[in-house]
Amino acid sequence: MTTQNQTNTTTAANKISTYLMFIVLIVMGLAIVSIFSAVYAYTLGSVYEAGFMTIIGVFGLTLSAVVLYQNSKRSAAMKVEAPKVMTYIECKSCGTKTSREFQRGDFVFKELDVCPKCPEQKQMITGVYKEIKEKEKTYTI
Amino acid sequence: MTLIPTSDIIAQVTSNIPIISNRFGGGGGNDWTSYIGLFTWVFFIFILFYGQRLQMRVMMREVENNLHKLKFIKEEGCKTAIETLKEVGKSTEDISPRVDRCLDYFTIGPQGMDPAGIVSKLDHILDVRDQRIKDDVKRIAPQCDDVQLNNMENTLEAAMALNYIYKIVRHFYIQGKKTMSLYVIMQLQMILPLVMKEAEAYSAALKAFSLGQPIGDSVGPLIASKLMLGQEVRKVHKDCVVATVPFEGRTALVMKAEGPGGNCGKPGDAIETVIEENEGKIAMLIMIDAGLKLEGENVGEVAEGIGSAIGGPGVDAFKIEEKLVKYKIPINAVIIKEDIGDAVSPMRKEIHDAADKAIERVRELVLERTKEGDILIIFGVGNSIGIGQ
Repeated sequence: MTTQNQTNTTTAANKISTYLMFIVLIVMGLAIVSIFSAVYAYTLGSVYEAGFMTIIGVFGLTLSAVVLYQNSKRSAAMKVEAPKVMTYIECKSCGTKTSREFQRGDFVFKELDVCPKCPEQKQMITGVYKEIKEKEKTYTI
Repeated sequence: MTLIPTSDIIAQVTSNIPIISNRFGGGGGNDWTSYIGLFTWVFFIFILFYGQRLQMRVMMREVENNLHKLKFIKEEGCKTAIETLKEVGKSTEDISPRVDRCLDYFTIGPQGMDPAGIVSKLDHILDVRDQRIKDDVKRIAPQCDDVQLNNMENTLEAAMALNYIYKIVRHFYIQGKKTMSLYVIMQLQMILPLVMKEAEAYSAALKAFSLGQPIGDSVGPLIASKLMLGQEVRKVHKDCVVATVPFEGRTALVMKAEGPGGNCGKPGDAIETVIEENEGKIAMLIMIDAGLKLEGENVGEVAEGIGSAIGGPGVDAFKIEEKLVKYKIPINAVIIKEDIGDAVSPMRKEIHDAADKAIERVRELVLERTKEGDILIIFGVGNSIGIGQ
């Protein structure tokens, strides 16, 4: 289902532009030719020329690879990932604590079914939060 | 036709380079140094004429990449909003055109040439806006109950914010491209990291609102709920609740926006009402809210200060301050530090755990600055989404 605001779909965002791909392919082609020329020059005994062509070839190939890598990373980064939110349930009578994945309709201090250990006491949601496992980058000064 | 090897052509061309290179100050050394000299000159001349243009291309490429990302985030947001509205509202008709219309809503602030009375004008405009969005959500999702209605209103507002951010960035990008102005693009590129951070925060908020999960900003209501747990709660104008809680030998009137739907209430009106009900005999007002942290500070740090800890356009802060001045009531604030991303995305464990620390701080404050038998107000400011009472 698309809305009027959605008519321009995300395909443009997800793939590498044709223009960029064209440039990358040309640079890559020239770089390969350059490396072959370097080998040919070396067999003819022109060491300087061979070195020069090798540098150009390697530089061209690296540049193309970096551009392709950066673009694929950009495509991969374009995902909106929802964090895993947990619901923490507690029985005030016996102190039993359990947790499960959040379900629509959960809210803090919502009373749930009776506790399996103490039948007259209802369980309560005491927390709904996410835990971030990876450490944030710190900048010490 | 005989084919000449590429290396021969290159060798022929490059053999002339030392001569040209020497003219440009190559130094007359060996071939290798001459090449470097020549290329340095060529590079220098190229940068001299095309440096700024090159820099602009790099910047525009960066802006373009981020614009693609913004578009993706916005579209995902719209999709989530529509899917949730359809699911919750059980609507059978196509709601996309209605949602699209809502996404382009705008609010024009009151005229400020004569600032006298501007607060009530702004208050009125915000009320009308709020009611308008609520009515539209009701029309789009007729089966919504009150809690879901508030959540859907928040979801739609987050989608509107994402749509607006995308349109503004796109506007300046196209303007920069049209005028080929380095300075337009440069300004946009400079603020982009902050804009992207905000957009990502709204995207996380939208998901949380659609599911009804507590967000970082809900820490104020969470603290108030913890204090009022087990006590009788009554409604107070507008969309707020109050409970009378015995607290360290004092009477605390603990207040928050009504939950668990996404709702900030109108703390200004609610505090005004409660102060008037008690004829101004309030020993202290304590406001608890989420506060923006500076880089380098930890999420969930608790800090204490003076003043009305409340965000928004300032209408509520104005009303509260007016009443406090009238009855000479001291005001204290306790804030839980978090950044903008944490404030609007699902609540983090550190923020949840900070609630108990903040209650301890409030306890110390009450013991130090009020007498036994005093009446005080404790207001947990913020969005009550996912927080009951």
